[in-house]
Amino acid sequence: MNALEIKNISVTYDKQPALEDVTFSVPEGSLTGIIGPNGAGKSTLIKSILRLIPKLSGDVKVYGKPYKEQRKMIGYVPQRSEVDWDFPTNALDVVLMGRYGHIGWLKRPGKKEKQFAMECLEKVGMQDYAKRQISQLSGGQQQRVFLARALAQDAQIYFMDEPFAGVDAATEKAIMNLLQEWKKQGKTVLVVHHDLQTVRDYFDHCLLLNKTPVKFGPTDKVFTYDNLQETYGGALSILTQESTLLQEG
Amino acid sequence: MTYTAWIILTGVLVGVTCGMTGALLILRRMAMIADAISHTVLLGIVGAFFVTQSLNGIPMLIGAAIVGMLTAFFVQLLDSSGVQSGAAIGVVFTSLFALGVVLLSFIGDSVHLDVQHALMGEIAFVPWDTLILGGKEAGPVAVWMLSGVFLLNLAIILIFYKEFKISTFDPQMAISIGVPVVFIHYLLMSMVSFSTVASFDSVGAILVVAMLIVPGATAYLLTDRFGLMIILSAVIGAVSALLGYGFAVVMDVSIAGSMATATGFLFGLAFFFSPSHGLIAKWVRRKNMQKNLNEEARVS
Repeated sequence: MNALEIKNISVTYDKQPALEDVTFSVPEGSLTGIIGPNGAGKSTLIKSILRLIPKLSGDVKVYGKPYKEQRKMIGYVPQRSEVDWDFPTNALDVVLMGRYGHIGWLKRPGKKEKQFAMECLEKVGMQDYAKRQISQLSGGQQQRVFLARALAQDAQIYFMDEPFAGVDAATEKAIMNLLQEWKKQGKTVLVVHHDLQTVRDYFDHCLLLNKTPVKFGPTDKVFTYDNLQETYGGALSILTQESTLLQEG
Repeated sequence: MTYTAWIILTGVLVGVTCGMTGALLILRRMAMIADAISHTVLLGIVGAFFVTQSLNGIPMLIGAAIVGMLTAFFVQLLDSSGVQSGAAIGVVFTSLFALGVVLLSFIGDSVHLDVQHALMGEIAFVPWDTLILGGKEAGPVAVWMLSGVFLLNLAIILIFYKEFKISTFDPQMAISIGVPVVFIHYLLMSMVSFSTVASFDSVGAILVVAMLIVPGATAYLLTDRFGLMIILSAVIGAVSALLGYGFAVVMDVSIAGSMATATGFLFGLAFFFSPSHGLIAKWVRRKNMQKNLNEEARVS
């Protein structure tokens, strides 16, 4: 069964096309890395699927139904730099925001919600920082708070925008564990990813993107030297290291 | 109630209403939009006068809310089409305010409405303009209007507490879970417009800005909790009004001016002495850290 069906998404910024005619379907329970050069539209793709930016055209189906009807199945982890970490709140409060979509109008998160949020913090090893003001957390800790919030959302499909960017080893491991756990639970995850060296270890599916999808499929079939060359175009120098890795593998 | 009590109540209501609304603006880094809206509502008030030929409270509120939202909309429009955001606010605010001034001059002397009054207000006259209910005097019009707007803003904040919180901290996530972020934005803009119009008569447009921005900025230095910041900001607004009134009476100076000065005074206190974000606390932390480093260096 396909968790996500994307048809003909196109997005433009002013005159320049950011995405052209993106079509692909993501099988349920897969971990997909979205790979491509800078400016390839990786974040734009996620944002247009989530309706954070307007699409020129295109259609998104979640488990066969329109996105709007399935909103509660969706979890989103934005890039850490996109929120205001000086906002007056603590880690537990941020995790509780993950419950807002479930709580409904006029209600405040109660004891049960708070307990659940604490459990989510524990899963990413952040329980000791629950009452810590968020600006006093390190980058990796902030990313783990975001992960806990995603857990609190209890979604079926997760979108993550560069969760591995600039984090410490402990956080990287926490993200890895979480991805594996979600996969075991049959959840579907799409991750915008930069580091080509770790693609094979992290993801079972790959979307190679450069404004339009170059290839989508299982990592061992799609993540090849030729396909990467096609995706990254002339930027071969960046790929030298990876190409040797690939050939050895 | 006595003359003095009405003036104090008016000042406190301005402080509380603008204070809690302003806290939200500060967190959204939109302090300057308060400056813009507090001026452009003049156009809304004059416009409402042209339509109804009276200075009635309700049409004035509606006119101001419309122009307040238009201000926010135009600023956003210019901003997103590549005009610098500072310039966008400047262009919209001066042109709409100037248009209000031009229209105002058509009205002439027949009505108690002029630029001087719109900018400076006169809180000392508030008790004389009373509301007549069933043939009896029922307190100053300004107090009724301010109480109404205070309750309205309070209700909006309580109802949309979660939505304000998440759309301010993480608007992208807010959209993704279906929070009507654009609606919340314009809701806040109308809260600012309402507060401005209700405070307009007593403290004037310029001093409304002080009450909208400074208590929020002060509260931001004093707490790390969202809800507490809104409450603190309201309290600081009220305390500023009280301090300002006391100072004005003792020194026999402008009441509204003293109230606004008091907001600046309280901000100064927080800026230096706040236990968490104050300049002195930061300096002490730095010194302690240096000391620790030195000791560690000596030990090793």
